[in-house]
Amino acid sequence: MSGTPVLRVRDLTARIAGQEVVHGVTFDVPASGVTAVLGRNGVGKTSTLRAVLGLIERSGEVELDGVRVDAERTDRIVRRGVGYVPEDREVFAGLTVAENLRLADRGGSGGATPERRALVDALFPDLVARAQQRAGTLSGGQQQMVSLARALLNDNRILLVDEPTKGLAPRIVGEVAEALAAAAQTVPILLVEQNLQVVERLAERVVVIDAGRVVHTGPARELLDDADRVQRLLGVHAERPADETAEPEAAR
Amino acid sequence: MSTLVLLLATGLGLGGLYFLVASGLSLIYGLMGVLNFAHGSFLTLGAFVGLAAGNAVGAGTWGGLLLGLAVGALTGAAAAAATELGLIRPLYQRHIEQVLVTVGLSLATVALFEGIWGPNPRPVTRTAWLGSTTEVLGARVPNTAFLNVLAAAAVLCGIVAFLRYTRYGLIIRAGVENRAMVTALGIDVRRAFTLVFAVGGAAAGLGGVLATQSLNYVSPHLGASLLIFAFIVTVIGGMGSLTGAAVASVVVAVLQQLANFYLDNTGDLIVVLLLALVLLVRPSGLMGRPA
Repeated sequence: MSGTPVLRVRDLTARIAGQEVVHGVTFDVPASGVTAVLGRNGVGKTSTLRAVLGLIERSGEVELDGVRVDAERTDRIVRRGVGYVPEDREVFAGLTVAENLRLADRGGSGGATPERRALVDALFPDLVARAQQRAGTLSGGQQQMVSLARALLNDNRILLVDEPTKGLAPRIVGEVAEALAAAAQTVPILLVEQNLQVVERLAERVVVIDAGRVVHTGPARELLDDADRVQRLLGVHAERPADETAEPEAAR
Repeated sequence: MSTLVLLLATGLGLGGLYFLVASGLSLIYGLMGVLNFAHGSFLTLGAFVGLAAGNAVGAGTWGGLLLGLAVGALTGAAAAAATELGLIRPLYQRHIEQVLVTVGLSLATVALFEGIWGPNPRPVTRTAWLGSTTEVLGARVPNTAFLNVLAAAAVLCGIVAFLRYTRYGLIIRAGVENRAMVTALGIDVRRAFTLVFAVGGAAAGLGGVLATQSLNYVSPHLGASLLIFAFIVTVIGGMGSLTGAAVASVVVAVLQQLANFYLDNTGDLIVVLLLALVLLVRPSGLMGRPA
């Protein structure tokens, strides 16, 4: 890892309804590429992301571009340039696709410029055709596109993306991974993901969390090449894609 | 036939008043999750201040009434915004404490109003037209009913247009669905909270002045008596649903009028039974989103 990290997390603890669910995690996210947060179900991956954003009660240090933000409100942190794609999409079902995107436009120089709109339109042409459709009537894959588009509309310093392929059909998983790979060319991504094929395709680094603690950090390939370690840390067998020597797309 | 027409017309007029109070309650709960028991105080304050302003330019004149309505709405909006900023915001995400504060405020303000304006109802001076009736299909309908329906329809259209065509309206509609996600898009949702309180307070203040025209008096207890039925309307319509509040306002008020006439003054009882039935059969209300 080289250069100043865009996001530094130190001794981050998070609580939900008074119960501590993340116990002092520490990791860095470099200023380019995809860093994947891995771990079994319920170990605190989503809570870590939500704690970074201040969406749940937290303590510890969070630095964005060298500035402490852990005392700030969520909306202020986001306006510093953090795009968030939540688990389960969380699109506004009663709003149209266009309204979802209009709401997400942060305005000003960091908001939706014509270039960024063009990028989003190119990545998700289906959303252009469905602009006036209520987001709640979209398929899961289309809702994921809306969720990603909301984040990509703005000029971000980092994207926090939480299980973007969860519950999607294999073909849609591929499309989402492609969109993330394209996004990663311009902005670093902290990605929570269970699908190891997607991780292998996109991520250069991994942070493994177990029981609310970081238990491993390092290059993604180093972990995924070690089947025993994958089994021990993640409880699954790494399913390798056909081309095992492929570099992560986001790194190209 | 003429009796039925009269009951329906006065029911619609009463429904208009219920809607003016319930619309704010519903928006505030939908966006913020706050059950605002102080909402009746905004209505009462709007009524007293609005009437005072109207009387200053001419009691019983149209100019006085229009000024009174405008001042009543502004007073309600200011009181509501001040309540949100001073009492609700410091207790953000502490819903029980927020409810308790609004309960306390409602009790304290009634005592305050009694101290200022006295505990007894005071008669108001209406325009000659508002004090008379118009014949509709043989029924002599009080003209205040037309004014109430007109005002409620205008407020409904205004709020719908605000929600549909403005950025803050978009934020409020999204916030009613998922407040945390609105924040996670970089939006300071607290401004929308204040705005929703102010809009709800304006509608309540307007309703307060209109209620004095219908009832022909103003009293420190005006808001409390309407608030009970506005809460029932809000729950039946579906917490957070403006359309639900509009539909339920009419249903509750008309049912109340019919039951009072045909079932020996059992209107209030019938409405409470309807509330119980809706909660049993459809707990999220007629148009509310299922929990």
